[in-house]
Amino acid sequence: MGSTAPAEVERPSTDVRPDLPWLTIVWNDPVNLMSYVTYVLQTVFGYPKAKAEKLMLDVHHKGKAVVASGTREEMERDVQTLHSYGLWATVQRDSA
Amino acid sequence: MSTGFSSAHSGGVTILLDAGEASILRSLVAQVLGLVEPGATGEDPLERALGIGSAKVPSDPVLARLFPSAYADDDEASAEFRRYTEATLREGKRADAETLLETAEQGKVELTPEQAQAWLRALNDVRLALGVRLEVTEEVHEELAEMTEDDPRYPAYVTYDWLTYLQDTLVRALW
Repeated sequence: MGSTAPAEVERPSTDVRPDLPWLTIVWNDPVNLMSYVTYVLQTVFGYPKAKAEKLMLDVHHKGKAVVASGTREEMERDVQTLHSYGLWATVQRDSA
Repeated sequence: MSTGFSSAHSGGVTILLDAGEASILRSLVAQVLGLVEPGATGEDPLERALGIGSAKVPSDPVLARLFPSAYADDDEASAEFRRYTEATLREGKRADAETLLETAEQGKVELTPEQAQAWLRALNDVRLALGVRLEVTEEVHEELAEMTEDDPRYPAYVTYDWLTYLQDTLVRALW
């Protein structure tokens, strides 16, 4: 009998799994002004005012909103920039 | 009371401050600078030189708000992020506060676009700090309207409300 048994059982490896997108989330807080949050989203991400305003309203009414997605490194950079403006922002893996 | 910021032809902004307003602004920003400045960097001089700082969430709630955790549900990733970014963030907030301290004076204040950005962030840092200390809610403006002048919170709330007004006029002048 030939040796057909694989030397090692194949199993999903986290090393080769393609990068899932990561998200930048902005959370609602009682201090940051609606005008300011809109302005910051325009400035940091280059979004048109209408898009920035819609995201700001999502933050305001739903408590949080996804404002960007990409690699983990990109999202960490965004969060650092948003923290420099005083927005309450976090990174998370896209679970959807 | 100041009429807030207006756009200038140079692309920057201007504001007219009276002596009291300039003094309050400088004093509040200096207090935030005092909180931000020492920086809880580690003991290791090499780490300090590389801008690597503490991985711990600051115990002062104001600093915890100015430097929030970057991961909501992952303490380890938050600690790692904080270790490599908080020193840079502190440096940025320090520089913004110093720009405001150098330019806030009685009379007509003219800011370049870069200085206006620094003011925007520095004013917001002061509002965040006051907001944490006063435990403000989104209804702060309405609460103030119903507050009597002998309420011990009144002066601080008036100051906070004025900073909110300044911040909003600055955003609109920059748009």
